[in-house]
Amino acid sequence: MSNLNTEMIEKYRNNFLKEVTANVEEGEWVKMCMQCGVCSGSCPFGPHWDHPPQELFMMIRAGKREEVLTSSSMWMCTSCYNCIVRCPRGLPITHIMHGLAHYADRLGMAPKEQPTMKFAHKFWDNIVKNGRVNELKLSLGVYFMNGIAEGIKTSLKMQAVGLGMYKAKRLNPMEFFGGHTVKDKSGMQAIIEKAKEIEEAKIKKFEG
Amino acid sequence: MAKKEYSFYPGCSSQKGASAANYMVSVDAMCEELDVQLNEIPDWNCCAASIGYAGGGELPRLAMSARNLALSEQANPGQDVVATCAACWLATKETQERLHEDDGLMEETNQALSAAGLNVKADQNVRHMVEVLIEDFGYDELGKHVKRPLEGIKIAGYVGCQTNRPFGIDGESYENPKYLDKLVETMGAEPIESYEKKVQCCGGALAFSEQDKSHELIKGIIEAAYDGGADMIVTPCPLCQANVELYQDHINAKYNTKFKMPVVYYSTLMSVAYGKDAKQAGLNGQIIKAKQLEEIAGK
Ligand code: SF4
Ligand code: SF4
Repeated sequence: MSNLNTEMIEKYRNNFLKEVTANVEEGEWVKMCMQCGVCSGSCPFGPHWDHPPQELFMMIRAGKREEVLTSSSMWMCTSCYNCIVRCPRGLPITHIMHGLAHYADRLGMAPKEQPTMKFAHKFWDNIVKNGRVNELKLSLGVYFMNGIAEGIKTSLKMQAVGLGMYKAKRLNPMEFFGGHTVKDKSGMQAIIEKAKEIEEAKIKKFEG
Repeated sequence: MAKKEYSFYPGCSSQKGASAANYMVSVDAMCEELDVQLNEIPDWNCCAASIGYAGGGELPRLAMSARNLALSEQANPGQDVVATCAACWLATKETQERLHEDDGLMEETNQALSAAGLNVKADQNVRHMVEVLIEDFGYDELGKHVKRPLEGIKIAGYVGCQTNRPFGIDGESYENPKYLDKLVETMGAEPIESYEKKVQCCGGALAFSEQDKSHELIKGIIEAAYDGGADMIVTPCPLCQANVELYQDHINAKYNTKFKMPVVYYSTLMSVAYGKDAKQAGLNGQIIKAKQLEEIAGK
């Protein structure tokens, strides 16, 4: 169990709702949910959610910490924003899903082989490094993230797509050797570092 | 009409050699016709998209968009920020709004920005290109520039998610927005008004990580266009465009379908209708060729 996780259990004992309110992006909204279920009917990957948003909110209030944080459900969110425009209580559900996923990951509780988690990390690393997305490295990285054999299989499947895009000048193989970046990389990275620092100091403060 | 200027945020997918490079080409052609000058934000960075959340926490993500806003204020003061990518627009607009609503967040963000000597006020409007077209020009004005009406082409307007929610286009509904249909009509083509998948999600970034689940959604989007009698799909979103166009072969192999549905940008349609040639309209960027548009552009 990660240290941060142990610390959070100590601090919030049996009050998972308070923990979510304090530490999860837009988590203070969870208590406003009136359990109407509209959001749960809105997710494009609906059948693949073990616990749709409304259920997750109920579980948070019921203190089902382990079950919520280890769930793959919030990683099924496609950021379609259907729920947000429909929720009668105005909950920013999309952001709460992202926030829960991020928090679970931060505590080391997210399911280890969650493909969207791996992709999201690769994406973030890719932009922090260069300031802009390098689509070729990102997609190669994604296709190989489940190991070499899987990667070659997926790459072969994607080869026709890649070739078509190359011909249409929509994929540049030279990107692999550098590609697009921002000029002031160090400035941009300094901003991200500083932002991280501020955010971590805040979580520490909640620890009391 | 006098020249209009905007501070422009092109975004990663529109860069040279990237997946939506053809979008940019057609936007340039369209803007030339409409006398719009796009002043690119110098040294802009990625918006972190929606999927940046696992690696980046809330503040680092907001700070990335805030950097773009700060650079825009420096280089293009007083100009609205305009984005062509739905995800870029959403992330930037969300940042702008949240900084305004929350003084604490504004202070923390500026603290982070000061690490690179920047400061943000975030009091500009952040708009999608489609808003510029509809609000600053309007359908009548847009129609006046049509030189080659797209007669006889039936087009399904696929609005998708993030150009539509949570912000949407003023005066349009979330569940049944009509602006793409109106644009199609303005260009002289025939909109499929009963296209029921117009706001269906394509899987977004999860088309990478959850391919099977996304392909199922994309299949529905294409099928409904065929059912409605469409010759092609039009969209304002680079991720929708890529997802719906690129995976048709995979979907055909998996579901035994015979999809071959061109998916174009509104700016491609407009460029062709405005008399630009195939290259200027970005038509050579189509993986699935839009033959009817090529024919009109070749005249
Ligand atoms: S739509 Fe809103 S109020 Fe209804 S269950 Fe979902 S979060 Fe709760
Ligand atoms: S944004 Fe996420 S949580 Fe909301 S409806 Fe879409 S997939 Fe579901």
